[in-house]
Amino acid sequence: MSEEKEITIQNYLEYVNSKKLMGSKCKKCSATYVPPRKLCTKCNSTDLEWVEMSGMGKLAAYSCIGVGTSFMVDKGYSMKKPYCFSVIELDEGPMISGQLIGVDESKPESISIGTQVKLSFIETELTGETRVDLGFEPI
Amino acid sequence: MGKLARKVGIIGAGMSKFGRHFPIKRNPDLWVDAWLDAIKRVDNGIEPKDVDACYVGNYSSDLFNHQGHLGPQMANLVGLSPKPAPRMEGACASSGVAFRQAILAIASGAHDVIVVCGVECMNEVSTTLVTDTLATASDNLFEYPAGATFPGLYAAIASAHFNKYGTTHDDLKRIAIKNHENGKENPYAQMQRSIQDLMARKVSKLESEGKDLPDWKDEMDYLNSSSNPMIASPLRLFDCSLVTDGASCVFLAAEDVAKNFTDTPIWISGTGQGSAALSLHDREDLMSFIAAKEAARQAYDMAGLRPKDMQIAEVHDCFTIAELIALEDLGFYEKGKAAEAIRNGETKRDGSLPINTSGGLKSKGHPVGATGAAMAVEVFKQMRGIAERDRQVKFDVERALTHNLGGSGATCVVTIYEK
Repeated sequence: MSEEKEITIQNYLEYVNSKKLMGSKCKKCSATYVPPRKLCTKCNSTDLEWVEMSGMGKLAAYSCIGVGTSFMVDKGYSMKKPYCFSVIELDEGPMISGQLIGVDESKPESISIGTQVKLSFIETELTGETRVDLGFEPI
Repeated sequence: MGKLARKVGIIGAGMSKFGRHFPIKRNPDLWVDAWLDAIKRVDNGIEPKDVDACYVGNYSSDLFNHQGHLGPQMANLVGLSPKPAPRMEGACASSGVAFRQAILAIASGAHDVIVVCGVECMNEVSTTLVTDTLATASDNLFEYPAGATFPGLYAAIASAHFNKYGTTHDDLKRIAIKNHENGKENPYAQMQRSIQDLMARKVSKLESEGKDLPDWKDEMDYLNSSSNPMIASPLRLFDCSLVTDGASCVFLAAEDVAKNFTDTPIWISGTGQGSAALSLHDREDLMSFIAAKEAARQAYDMAGLRPKDMQIAEVHDCFTIAELIALEDLGFYEKGKAAEAIRNGETKRDGSLPINTSGGLKSKGHPVGATGAAMAVEVFKQMRGIAERDRQVKFDVERALTHNLGGSGATCVVTIYEK
Protein backbone atom coordinates (compact mmCIF):
# COMPACT_ATOMS: atom_id res chain seq x y z
CA MET A 1 0.00 0.00 0.00
CA SER A 2 1.56 3.30 -1.11
CA GLU A 3 0.99 6.15 1.32
CA GLU A 4 2.09 8.67 -1.29
CA LYS A 5 -0.75 7.72 -3.65
CA GLU A 6 -3.15 10.63 -3.87
CA ILE A 7 -6.62 9.89 -2.50
CA THR A 8 -8.63 9.97 -5.73
CA ILE A 9 -11.48 8.03 -7.24
CA GLN A 10 -9.22 6.71 -9.99
CA ASN A 11 -6.78 5.24 -7.47
CA TYR A 12 -9.65 3.65 -5.54
CA LEU A 13 -11.00 2.08 -8.75
CA GLU A 14 -7.53 0.78 -9.64
CA TYR A 15 -7.31 -0.86 -6.22
CA VAL A 16 -10.70 -2.52 -6.83
CA ASN A 17 -9.43 -3.76 -10.19
CA SER A 18 -6.54 -5.40 -8.36
CA LYS A 19 -9.03 -6.87 -5.88
CA LYS A 20 -8.35 -4.63 -2.91
CA LEU A 21 -11.10 -2.72 -1.09
CA MET A 22 -9.48 0.46 0.17
CA GLY A 23 -10.79 3.41 2.12
CA SER A 24 -9.28 6.48 3.75
CA LYS A 25 -9.01 7.19 7.47
CA CYS A 26 -8.73 10.58 9.11
CA LYS A 27 -5.63 10.72 11.33
CA LYS A 28 -7.22 13.51 13.35
CA CYS A 29 -10.67 12.10 14.21
CA SER A 30 -10.50 8.46 12.97
CA ALA A 31 -13.47 8.79 10.60
CA THR A 32 -13.21 6.17 7.86
CA TYR A 33 -14.51 6.57 4.30
CA VAL A 34 -15.25 3.98 1.66
CA PRO A 35 -14.95 5.02 -1.15
CA PRO A 36 -12.10 7.14 0.22
CA ARG A 37 -12.27 10.89 0.72
CA LYS A 38 -9.41 13.40 0.65
CA LEU A 39 -11.29 15.85 2.86
CA CYS A 40 -12.69 14.66 6.16
CA THR A 41 -16.21 16.04 6.39
CA LYS A 42 -16.48 15.23 10.09
CA CYS A 43 -13.59 17.41 11.28
CA ASN A 44 -12.54 19.24 8.08
CA SER A 45 -9.00 17.82 8.13
CA THR A 46 -7.04 16.87 5.03
CA ASP A 47 -4.72 14.60 7.02
CA LEU A 48 -6.11 11.27 5.76
CA GLU A 49 -4.35 8.02 4.83
CA TRP A 50 -5.28 4.94 2.82
CA VAL A 51 -6.52 1.94 4.79
CA GLU A 52 -7.38 -1.54 3.56
CA MET A 53 -10.78 -2.93 4.58
CA SER A 54 -11.07 -6.39 6.09
CA GLY A 55 -13.88 -7.14 3.67
CA MET A 56 -16.15 -8.26 6.50
CA GLY A 57 -19.52 -6.72 7.11
CA LYS A 58 -23.25 -7.27 7.38
CA LEU A 59 -26.22 -6.79 5.09
CA ALA A 60 -27.96 -3.45 5.73
CA ALA A 61 -30.45 -3.33 2.82
CA TYR A 62 -31.07 -5.21 -0.42
CA SER A 63 -33.32 -5.82 -3.39
CA CYS A 64 -33.53 -8.68 -5.89
CA ILE A 65 -33.84 -6.80 -9.12
CA GLY A 66 -35.64 -8.28 -12.14
CA VAL A 67 -35.63 -5.18 -14.34
CA GLY A 68 -31.92 -4.39 -14.27
CA THR A 69 -29.29 -2.08 -15.65
CA SER A 70 -28.10 -2.61 -19.24
CA PHE A 71 -24.84 -4.14 -17.96
CA MET A 72 -26.73 -6.68 -15.88
CA VAL A 73 -29.18 -7.41 -18.69
CA ASP A 74 -26.19 -8.09 -20.97
CA LYS A 75 -24.87 -10.53 -18.35
CA GLY A 76 -28.07 -12.51 -18.65
CA TYR A 77 -30.08 -11.29 -15.66
CA SER A 78 -33.81 -10.93 -16.13
CA MET A 79 -37.13 -11.08 -14.28
CA LYS A 80 -36.76 -14.85 -14.29
CA LYS A 81 -33.17 -14.59 -13.08
CA PRO A 82 -32.84 -11.53 -10.78
CA TYR A 83 -29.62 -10.30 -9.20
CA CYS A 84 -29.30 -8.92 -5.69
CA PHE A 85 -28.23 -5.30 -5.24
CA SER A 86 -27.12 -4.68 -1.67
CA VAL A 87 -25.88 -2.07 0.77
CA ILE A 88 -23.31 -3.56 3.12
CA GLU A 89 -22.24 -2.12 6.47
CA LEU A 90 -18.54 -2.91 6.72
CA ASP A 91 -17.13 -3.90 10.12
CA GLU A 92 -14.99 -0.75 10.07
CA GLY A 93 -18.15 1.40 9.97
CA PRO A 94 -18.70 2.75 6.45
CA MET A 95 -21.32 1.30 4.12
CA ILE A 96 -20.77 0.40 0.47
CA SER A 97 -22.92 -0.88 -2.41
CA GLY A 98 -22.23 -4.23 -4.02
CA GLN A 99 -23.87 -7.29 -5.53
CA LEU A 100 -24.86 -9.96 -3.01
CA ILE A 101 -24.04 -13.42 -4.33
CA GLY A 102 -24.32 -16.93 -2.94
CA VAL A 103 -28.01 -16.35 -2.17
CA ASP A 104 -31.25 -17.43 -3.81
CA GLU A 105 -32.26 -14.25 -5.63
CA SER A 106 -35.56 -15.82 -6.69
CA LYS A 107 -36.52 -16.01 -3.00
CA PRO A 108 -35.88 -12.56 -1.51
CA GLU A 109 -37.64 -13.63 1.70
CA SER A 110 -34.76 -16.08 2.28
CA ILE A 111 -32.29 -13.19 2.55
CA SER A 112 -32.00 -11.50 5.95
CA ILE A 113 -30.84 -8.06 6.92
CA GLY A 114 -28.03 -8.42 9.42
CA THR A 115 -26.53 -11.48 7.71
CA GLN A 116 -22.73 -11.53 8.06
CA VAL A 117 -21.00 -11.26 4.73
CA LYS A 118 -17.50 -11.20 3.30
CA LEU A 119 -16.06 -9.52 0.24
CA SER A 120 -15.98 -11.61 -2.92
CA PHE A 121 -14.92 -9.69 -6.02
CA ILE A 122 -16.95 -10.36 -9.18
CA GLU A 123 -15.06 -10.56 -12.45
CA THR A 124 -16.71 -10.05 -15.82
CA GLU A 125 -14.82 -10.74 -19.04
CA LEU A 126 -15.33 -7.97 -21.55
CA THR A 127 -13.58 -7.53 -24.89
CA GLY A 128 -9.93 -6.97 -24.09
CA GLU A 129 -10.26 -6.55 -20.34
CA THR A 130 -11.66 -7.92 -17.11
CA ARG A 131 -14.09 -5.74 -15.19
CA VAL A 132 -13.97 -6.18 -11.43
CA ASP A 133 -16.96 -5.25 -9.25
CA LEU A 134 -17.61 -5.48 -5.53
CA GLY A 135 -19.44 -8.61 -4.48
CA PHE A 136 -20.35 -9.92 -1.06
CA GLU A 137 -21.42 -13.37 0.06
CA PRO A 138 -22.81 -14.74 3.30
CA ILE A 139 -20.21 -16.29 5.54
CA MET B 1 -32.25 34.44 8.43
CA GLY B 2 -35.00 31.97 7.60
CA LYS B 3 -37.62 34.56 6.67
CA LEU B 4 -38.86 35.92 3.37
CA ALA B 5 -38.22 39.68 2.99
CA ARG B 6 -41.70 40.13 1.52
CA LYS B 7 -44.78 37.95 1.08
CA VAL B 8 -45.17 35.83 -2.08
CA GLY B 9 -48.31 34.18 -3.38
CA ILE B 10 -49.57 31.95 -6.18
CA ILE B 11 -51.91 33.90 -8.49
CA GLY B 12 -52.64 31.09 -10.96
CA ALA B 13 -51.54 27.55 -11.77
CA GLY B 14 -52.13 24.83 -14.34
CA MET B 15 -50.67 21.89 -16.20
CA SER B 16 -50.76 19.95 -19.43
CA LYS B 17 -52.34 16.52 -19.44
CA PHE B 18 -49.72 14.09 -18.17
CA GLY B 19 -49.28 10.93 -20.23
CA ARG B 20 -47.41 9.18 -23.02
CA HIS B 21 -47.42 11.98 -25.56
CA PHE B 22 -44.24 11.79 -27.62
CA PRO B 23 -44.12 12.36 -30.59
CA ILE B 24 -47.57 13.96 -30.72
CA LYS B 25 -46.36 16.44 -28.10
CA ARG B 26 -42.84 17.44 -27.12
CA ASN B 27 -41.46 19.78 -24.41
CA PRO B 28 -42.40 22.98 -26.29
CA ASP B 29 -45.95 21.72 -26.95
CA LEU B 30 -46.46 20.54 -23.37
CA TRP B 31 -45.15 23.79 -21.86
CA VAL B 32 -47.42 25.99 -23.98
CA ASP B 33 -50.38 23.75 -23.01
CA ALA B 34 -49.47 24.20 -19.33
CA TRP B 35 -49.11 28.00 -19.69
CA LEU B 36 -52.48 28.29 -21.45
CA ASP B 37 -54.10 26.11 -18.77
CA ALA B 38 -52.60 28.18 -15.94
CA ILE B 39 -53.64 31.54 -17.44
CA LYS B 40 -57.29 30.43 -17.26
CA ARG B 41 -56.93 30.37 -13.46
CA VAL B 42 -55.50 33.88 -13.07
CA ASP B 43 -58.71 35.70 -12.11
CA ASN B 44 -57.95 39.03 -13.80
CA GLY B 45 -55.88 37.49 -16.59
CA ILE B 46 -52.13 37.82 -17.13
CA GLU B 47 -49.95 38.70 -20.09
CA PRO B 48 -46.27 38.13 -20.85
CA LYS B 49 -45.56 41.82 -20.23
CA ASP B 50 -46.63 41.27 -16.58
CA VAL B 51 -44.07 38.52 -16.02
CA ASP B 52 -40.49 39.38 -15.03
CA ALA B 53 -38.76 36.03 -15.36
CA CYS B 54 -39.26 32.39 -16.34
CA TYR B 55 -37.75 29.83 -13.96
CA VAL B 56 -37.53 26.39 -15.56
CA GLY B 57 -37.28 23.07 -13.73
CA ASN B 58 -36.24 20.16 -15.92
CA TYR B 59 -34.17 17.10 -15.07
CA SER B 60 -32.61 15.90 -18.26
CA SER B 61 -33.85 17.18 -21.58
CA ASP B 62 -30.17 16.77 -22.48
CA LEU B 63 -30.41 12.98 -22.29
CA PHE B 64 -34.12 12.44 -23.04
CA ASN B 65 -34.36 14.87 -25.94
CA HIS B 66 -30.75 15.73 -26.87
CA GLN B 67 -31.68 19.31 -26.00
CA GLY B 68 -29.96 21.41 -23.36
CA HIS B 69 -30.42 25.13 -22.63
CA LEU B 70 -34.14 24.79 -22.03
CA GLY B 71 -34.58 28.01 -20.02
CA PRO B 72 -34.53 30.53 -22.87
CA GLN B 73 -36.42 28.14 -25.15
CA MET B 74 -39.35 27.82 -22.75
CA ALA B 75 -39.34 31.58 -22.07
CA ASN B 76 -39.37 32.41 -25.75
CA LEU B 77 -42.36 30.14 -26.46
CA VAL B 78 -44.59 32.15 -24.16
CA GLY B 79 -43.38 35.60 -25.20
CA LEU B 80 -40.90 36.18 -22.39
CA SER B 81 -37.68 36.85 -24.30
CA PRO B 82 -35.49 38.79 -23.37
CA LYS B 83 -36.28 38.23 -19.70
CA PRO B 84 -34.15 36.05 -17.36
CA ALA B 85 -34.75 32.33 -17.90
CA PRO B 86 -32.56 30.08 -15.75
CA ARG B 87 -32.99 26.29 -15.70
CA MET B 88 -32.66 24.47 -12.41
CA GLU B 89 -32.00 20.80 -11.68
CA GLY B 90 -32.48 18.62 -8.64
CA ALA B 91 -33.38 15.30 -10.26
CA CYS B 92 -37.08 14.67 -9.55
CA ALA B 93 -37.14 17.83 -7.45
CA SER B 94 -36.12 20.06 -10.36
CA SER B 95 -39.29 22.14 -10.51
CA GLY B 96 -39.56 22.16 -6.72
CA VAL B 97 -36.13 23.78 -6.78
CA ALA B 98 -37.18 26.22 -9.53
CA PHE B 99 -40.35 27.03 -7.58
CA ARG B 100 -38.36 27.76 -4.41
CA GLN B 101 -35.80 29.86 -6.25
CA ALA B 102 -38.61 31.89 -7.83
CA ILE B 103 -40.12 32.49 -4.37
CA LEU B 104 -36.76 33.66 -3.02
CA ALA B 105 -36.14 35.91 -6.04
CA ILE B 106 -39.50 37.64 -5.60
CA ALA B 107 -39.06 37.89 -1.83
CA SER B 108 -35.69 39.58 -2.40
CA GLY B 109 -37.31 42.39 -4.35
CA ALA B 110 -35.44 41.58 -7.57
CA HIS B 111 -38.61 40.56 -9.41
CA ASP B 112 -42.35 41.04 -8.82
CA VAL B 113 -43.86 38.25 -10.93
CA ILE B 114 -42.21 34.99 -11.99
CA VAL B 115 -43.65 32.09 -13.94
CA VAL B 116 -42.36 28.66 -12.92
CA CYS B 117 -42.16 26.05 -15.68
CA GLY B 118 -41.79 22.36 -14.89
CA VAL B 119 -41.35 20.17 -17.95
CA GLU B 120 -40.12 16.73 -19.00
CA CYS B 121 -40.63 14.55 -22.06
CA MET B 122 -39.34 11.07 -21.24
CA ASN B 123 -40.96 8.90 -23.89
CA GLU B 124 -38.68 10.09 -26.66
CA VAL B 125 -36.17 7.38 -25.72
CA SER B 126 -36.48 3.61 -25.21
CA THR B 127 -37.25 2.07 -21.81
CA THR B 128 -33.62 1.00 -21.41
CA LEU B 129 -32.44 4.54 -22.07
CA VAL B 130 -35.07 5.96 -19.71
CA THR B 131 -33.72 3.62 -17.01
CA ASP B 132 -30.14 4.64 -17.77
CA THR B 133 -31.03 8.34 -17.79
CA LEU B 134 -32.85 8.09 -14.48
CA ALA B 135 -29.83 6.24 -13.09
CA THR B 136 -27.81 9.43 -13.54
CA ALA B 137 -29.69 10.72 -10.49
CA SER B 138 -28.01 8.00 -8.46
CA ASP B 139 -24.28 7.58 -7.89
CA ASN B 140 -22.90 6.66 -11.31
CA LEU B 141 -19.53 5.52 -9.99
CA PHE B 142 -20.48 3.51 -6.94
CA GLU B 143 -24.18 2.56 -7.00
CA TYR B 144 -24.77 2.02 -10.72
CA PRO B 145 -21.94 -0.54 -11.16
CA ALA B 146 -23.43 -2.55 -8.28
CA GLY B 147 -26.58 -2.90 -10.41
CA ALA B 148 -28.61 -0.19 -8.70
CA THR B 149 -31.73 0.99 -10.54
CA PHE B 150 -34.21 3.50 -9.21
CA PRO B 151 -36.77 0.92 -8.19
CA GLY B 152 -33.84 -1.07 -6.72
CA LEU B 153 -32.66 1.79 -4.51
CA TYR B 154 -36.11 2.51 -3.12
CA ALA B 155 -36.68 -1.23 -2.79
CA ALA B 156 -33.52 -1.51 -0.69
CA ILE B 157 -34.83 1.34 1.49
CA ALA B 158 -38.11 -0.59 1.80
CA SER B 159 -36.26 -3.77 2.82
CA ALA B 160 -34.67 -1.89 5.71
CA HIS B 161 -37.95 -0.21 6.75
CA PHE B 162 -39.80 -3.55 6.64
CA ASN B 163 -37.08 -5.17 8.73
CA LYS B 164 -36.96 -2.48 11.42
CA TYR B 165 -40.59 -1.41 11.71
CA GLY B 166 -42.56 -4.45 10.54
CA THR B 167 -44.00 -2.54 7.58
CA THR B 168 -45.42 -4.96 5.02
CA HIS B 169 -46.04 -4.91 1.29
CA ASP B 170 -49.77 -4.77 2.01
CA ASP B 171 -49.17 -1.32 3.52
CA LEU B 172 -47.64 -0.24 0.22
CA LYS B 173 -50.51 -1.76 -1.77
CA ARG B 174 -52.94 0.46 0.14
CA ILE B 175 -51.06 3.52 -1.05
CA ALA B 176 -51.27 2.39 -4.68
CA ILE B 177 -55.00 1.67 -4.33
CA LYS B 178 -55.65 5.09 -2.77
CA ASN B 179 -53.63 7.01 -5.33
CA HIS B 180 -55.37 5.28 -8.22
CA GLU B 181 -58.75 6.11 -6.68
CA ASN B 182 -57.70 9.76 -6.55
CA GLY B 183 -56.11 9.76 -10.01
CA LYS B 184 -59.38 8.51 -11.48
CA GLU B 185 -60.86 11.88 -10.46
CA ASN B 186 -58.09 13.90 -12.11
CA PRO B 187 -58.66 14.72 -15.79
CA TYR B 188 -54.97 15.67 -16.10
CA ALA B 189 -53.70 12.34 -14.76
CA GLN B 190 -51.92 9.79 -16.93
CA MET B 191 -53.87 6.88 -15.43
CA GLN B 192 -57.50 7.63 -14.67
CA ARG B 193 -58.53 4.17 -13.54
CA SER B 194 -58.84 2.77 -10.06
CA ILE B 195 -57.36 -0.64 -9.35
CA GLN B 196 -60.92 -1.97 -9.39
CA ASP B 197 -61.39 -0.52 -12.90
CA LEU B 198 -58.20 -2.26 -14.04
CA MET B 199 -59.41 -5.56 -12.60
CA ALA B 200 -62.81 -5.24 -14.30
CA ARG B 201 -61.15 -4.41 -17.60
CA LYS B 202 -58.90 -7.45 -17.40
CA VAL B 203 -61.81 -9.72 -16.53
CA SER B 204 -63.92 -8.52 -19.42
CA LYS B 205 -60.99 -8.93 -21.82
CA LEU B 206 -60.48 -12.53 -20.69
CA GLU B 207 -64.22 -13.15 -20.96
CA SER B 208 -64.36 -11.90 -24.52
CA GLU B 209 -61.40 -14.15 -25.36
CA GLY B 210 -63.17 -17.14 -23.84
CA LYS B 211 -60.32 -17.67 -21.39
CA ASP B 212 -60.44 -18.77 -17.76
CA LEU B 213 -61.34 -15.99 -15.38
CA PRO B 214 -58.97 -15.08 -12.53
CA ASP B 215 -60.06 -15.67 -8.95
CA TRP B 216 -59.02 -12.36 -7.38
CA LYS B 217 -61.09 -11.73 -4.25
CA ASP B 218 -60.27 -8.04 -4.03
CA GLU B 219 -57.70 -5.38 -4.97
CA MET B 220 -55.11 -6.77 -2.55
CA ASP B 221 -55.43 -10.17 -4.18
CA TYR B 222 -55.03 -8.64 -7.64
CA LEU B 223 -51.92 -6.80 -6.47
CA ASN B 224 -50.49 -10.11 -5.23
CA SER B 225 -51.03 -11.80 -8.59
CA SER B 226 -48.97 -12.05 -11.74
CA SER B 227 -50.75 -8.89 -12.89
CA ASN B 228 -48.43 -7.11 -10.49
CA PRO B 229 -44.98 -8.54 -11.28
CA MET B 230 -41.95 -8.01 -9.06
CA ILE B 231 -39.65 -5.30 -10.41
CA ALA B 232 -37.14 -5.09 -7.55
CA SER B 233 -38.09 -6.94 -4.38
CA PRO B 234 -40.22 -5.97 -2.52
CA LEU B 235 -41.46 -3.40 -5.05
CA ARG B 236 -43.82 -4.52 -7.80
CA LEU B 237 -45.13 -2.80 -10.90
CA PHE B 238 -47.91 -0.98 -9.04
CA ASP B 239 -45.47 0.37 -6.46
CA CYS B 240 -43.68 2.34 -9.17
CA SER B 241 -44.67 5.65 -10.70
CA LEU B 242 -44.97 5.96 -14.46
CA VAL B 243 -42.77 7.18 -17.31
CA THR B 244 -44.54 10.34 -18.34
CA ASP B 245 -44.45 13.42 -20.56
CA GLY B 246 -45.92 16.63 -19.17
CA ALA B 247 -45.54 20.22 -18.06
CA SER B 248 -46.74 22.38 -15.18
CA CYS B 249 -47.01 26.14 -14.78
CA VAL B 250 -47.30 28.31 -11.67
CA PHE B 251 -47.50 32.12 -11.53
CA LEU B 252 -45.97 33.67 -8.40
CA ALA B 253 -46.30 37.32 -7.40
CA ALA B 254 -45.19 39.65 -4.62
CA GLU B 255 -47.91 40.66 -2.17
CA ASP B 256 -48.44 44.23 -3.34
CA VAL B 257 -48.56 43.19 -6.98
CA ALA B 258 -50.63 40.02 -6.49
CA LYS B 259 -53.80 42.02 -5.91
CA ASN B 260 -53.71 43.19 -9.54
CA PHE B 261 -54.32 39.60 -10.58
CA THR B 262 -56.55 38.11 -7.90
CA ASP B 263 -58.24 38.91 -4.59
CA THR B 264 -57.31 35.48 -3.25
CA PRO B 265 -53.67 34.54 -3.76
CA ILE B 266 -52.51 31.34 -2.13
CA TRP B 267 -49.63 32.49 0.09
CA ILE B 268 -46.29 30.78 0.53
CA SER B 269 -45.80 30.81 4.26
CA GLY B 270 -42.82 28.46 4.36
CA THR B 271 -40.20 27.18 1.97
CA GLY B 272 -37.31 24.85 2.72
CA GLN B 273 -34.76 22.82 0.86
CA GLY B 274 -32.41 20.10 2.04
CA SER B 275 -29.66 17.92 0.61
CA ALA B 276 -28.06 14.59 1.51
CA ALA B 277 -25.32 12.25 0.32
CA LEU B 278 -26.02 11.12 -3.21
CA SER B 279 -25.63 7.41 -2.52
CA LEU B 280 -27.57 5.38 0.02
CA HIS B 281 -24.34 3.89 1.35
CA ASP B 282 -23.03 7.32 2.36
CA ARG B 283 -26.07 8.03 4.55
CA GLU B 284 -26.48 7.46 8.26
CA ASP B 285 -30.08 6.27 8.11
CA LEU B 286 -31.47 4.23 5.23
CA MET B 287 -35.08 4.53 6.39
CA SER B 288 -35.51 8.28 6.46
CA PHE B 289 -34.48 11.17 4.22
CA ILE B 290 -32.53 13.85 6.07
CA ALA B 291 -32.94 16.16 3.07
CA ALA B 292 -36.71 15.97 3.63
CA LYS B 293 -36.47 16.46 7.38
CA GLU B 294 -34.22 19.49 6.90
CA ALA B 295 -36.47 21.00 4.20
CA ALA B 296 -39.52 20.44 6.39
CA ARG B 297 -37.82 21.95 9.46
CA GLN B 298 -36.97 25.12 7.51
CA ALA B 299 -40.49 25.42 6.09
CA TYR B 300 -42.26 24.80 9.42
CA ASP B 301 -39.95 27.29 11.18
CA MET B 302 -40.47 29.95 8.53
CA ALA B 303 -44.24 29.49 8.65
CA GLY B 304 -44.37 29.24 12.42
CA LEU B 305 -46.47 26.09 11.96
CA ARG B 306 -46.22 22.41 12.91
CA PRO B 307 -47.04 19.12 11.20
CA LYS B 308 -50.42 18.86 12.90
CA ASP B 309 -51.44 22.21 11.34
CA MET B 310 -51.28 20.76 7.83
CA GLN B 311 -54.68 19.75 6.44
CA ILE B 312 -53.64 18.11 3.15
CA ALA B 313 -50.33 17.32 1.49
CA GLU B 314 -48.95 16.33 -1.88
CA VAL B 315 -45.90 14.13 -1.25
CA HIS B 316 -43.41 12.45 -3.50
CA ASP B 317 -44.61 8.92 -4.19
CA CYS B 318 -42.13 8.01 -6.93
CA PHE B 319 -42.49 4.60 -5.28
CA THR B 320 -45.15 3.75 -2.71
CA ILE B 321 -42.50 3.36 0.03
CA ALA B 322 -41.49 7.00 -0.54
CA GLU B 323 -45.01 8.20 0.34
CA LEU B 324 -44.96 6.15 3.54
CA ILE B 325 -41.56 7.49 4.61
CA ALA B 326 -42.58 11.06 3.65
CA LEU B 327 -45.42 10.90 6.19
CA GLU B 328 -42.85 10.13 8.88
CA ASP B 329 -40.18 12.59 7.70
CA LEU B 330 -42.75 15.40 7.60
CA GLY B 331 -43.71 14.69 11.19
CA PHE B 332 -47.29 13.64 10.38
CA TYR B 333 -46.71 10.31 12.10
CA GLU B 334 -43.98 8.94 14.32
CA LYS B 335 -41.23 6.86 12.77
CA GLY B 336 -42.58 3.40 12.05
CA LYS B 337 -46.21 4.46 12.59
CA ALA B 338 -47.29 5.73 9.17
CA ALA B 339 -48.27 2.21 8.04
CA GLU B 340 -50.88 2.00 10.78
CA ALA B 341 -52.41 5.35 9.78
CA ILE B 342 -52.57 4.18 6.17
CA ARG B 343 -54.27 0.95 7.28
CA ASN B 344 -56.84 3.06 9.14
CA GLY B 345 -57.60 5.07 5.99
CA GLU B 346 -56.42 8.36 7.47
CA THR B 347 -54.66 9.43 4.27
CA LYS B 348 -57.57 8.76 1.90
CA ARG B 349 -59.29 11.81 0.48
CA ASP B 350 -62.15 11.41 2.96
CA GLY B 351 -59.71 10.73 5.81
CA SER B 352 -58.26 12.99 8.49
CA LEU B 353 -55.17 13.87 6.44
CA PRO B 354 -55.75 13.49 2.69
CA ILE B 355 -52.46 12.72 0.96
CA ASN B 356 -52.00 12.98 -2.81
CA THR B 357 -55.54 13.86 -3.79
CA SER B 358 -54.11 14.47 -7.28
CA GLY B 359 -53.46 10.75 -7.65
CA GLY B 360 -49.81 11.18 -6.72
CA LEU B 361 -46.94 10.36 -9.03
CA LYS B 362 -48.29 6.80 -9.10
CA SER B 363 -51.44 7.64 -10.98
CA LYS B 364 -51.01 11.22 -12.21
CA GLY B 365 -47.60 10.30 -13.67
CA HIS B 366 -44.08 11.53 -13.04
CA PRO B 367 -42.63 13.65 -15.83
CA VAL B 368 -39.58 14.17 -13.67
CA GLY B 369 -38.96 17.92 -14.03
CA ALA B 370 -42.67 18.79 -14.06
CA THR B 371 -43.65 17.03 -10.84
CA GLY B 372 -42.62 19.60 -8.22
CA ALA B 373 -44.60 22.48 -9.75
CA ALA B 374 -47.55 20.13 -10.44
CA MET B 375 -47.82 19.50 -6.69
CA ALA B 376 -48.33 23.26 -6.23
CA VAL B 377 -51.03 23.13 -8.94
CA GLU B 378 -52.99 20.53 -6.94
CA VAL B 379 -52.66 22.44 -3.68
CA PHE B 380 -53.79 25.64 -5.46
CA LYS B 381 -56.90 23.86 -6.74
CA GLN B 382 -57.76 22.23 -3.40
CA MET B 383 -57.32 25.49 -1.49
CA ARG B 384 -59.46 27.37 -4.03
CA GLY B 385 -62.09 24.61 -3.95
CA ILE B 386 -61.77 23.97 -7.69
CA ALA B 387 -60.30 20.45 -7.89
CA GLU B 388 -62.10 18.62 -10.68
CA ARG B 389 -64.56 15.74 -10.52
CA ASP B 390 -64.89 14.14 -7.10
CA ARG B 391 -61.46 14.69 -5.63
CA GLN B 392 -62.05 18.06 -3.96
CA VAL B 393 -61.79 17.47 -0.23
CA LYS B 394 -64.99 18.35 1.59
CA PHE B 395 -63.53 20.72 4.20
CA ASP B 396 -62.09 24.20 3.60
CA VAL B 397 -58.34 23.85 3.11
CA GLU B 398 -56.48 26.68 4.83
CA ARG B 399 -53.04 25.15 5.24
CA ALA B 400 -51.32 22.65 2.96
CA LEU B 401 -47.88 21.26 2.27
CA THR B 402 -45.97 19.89 -0.70
CA HIS B 403 -42.93 17.60 -0.50
CA ASN B 404 -40.82 17.11 -3.63
CA LEU B 405 -37.93 14.65 -3.41
CA GLY B 406 -35.06 14.26 -5.88
CA GLY B 407 -33.31 11.04 -6.84
CA SER B 408 -33.09 8.57 -3.99
CA GLY B 409 -33.59 11.47 -1.60
CA ALA B 410 -30.52 13.62 -2.05
CA THR B 411 -32.60 16.76 -2.65
CA CYS B 412 -35.89 17.75 -1.08
CA VAL B 413 -38.03 20.88 -1.32
CA VAL B 414 -40.90 21.42 1.10
CA THR B 415 -43.41 24.24 0.78
CA ILE B 416 -46.19 25.35 3.10
CA TYR B 417 -49.20 27.24 1.77
CA GLU B 418 -51.80 29.33 3.57
CA LYS B 419 -54.88 31.31 2.59
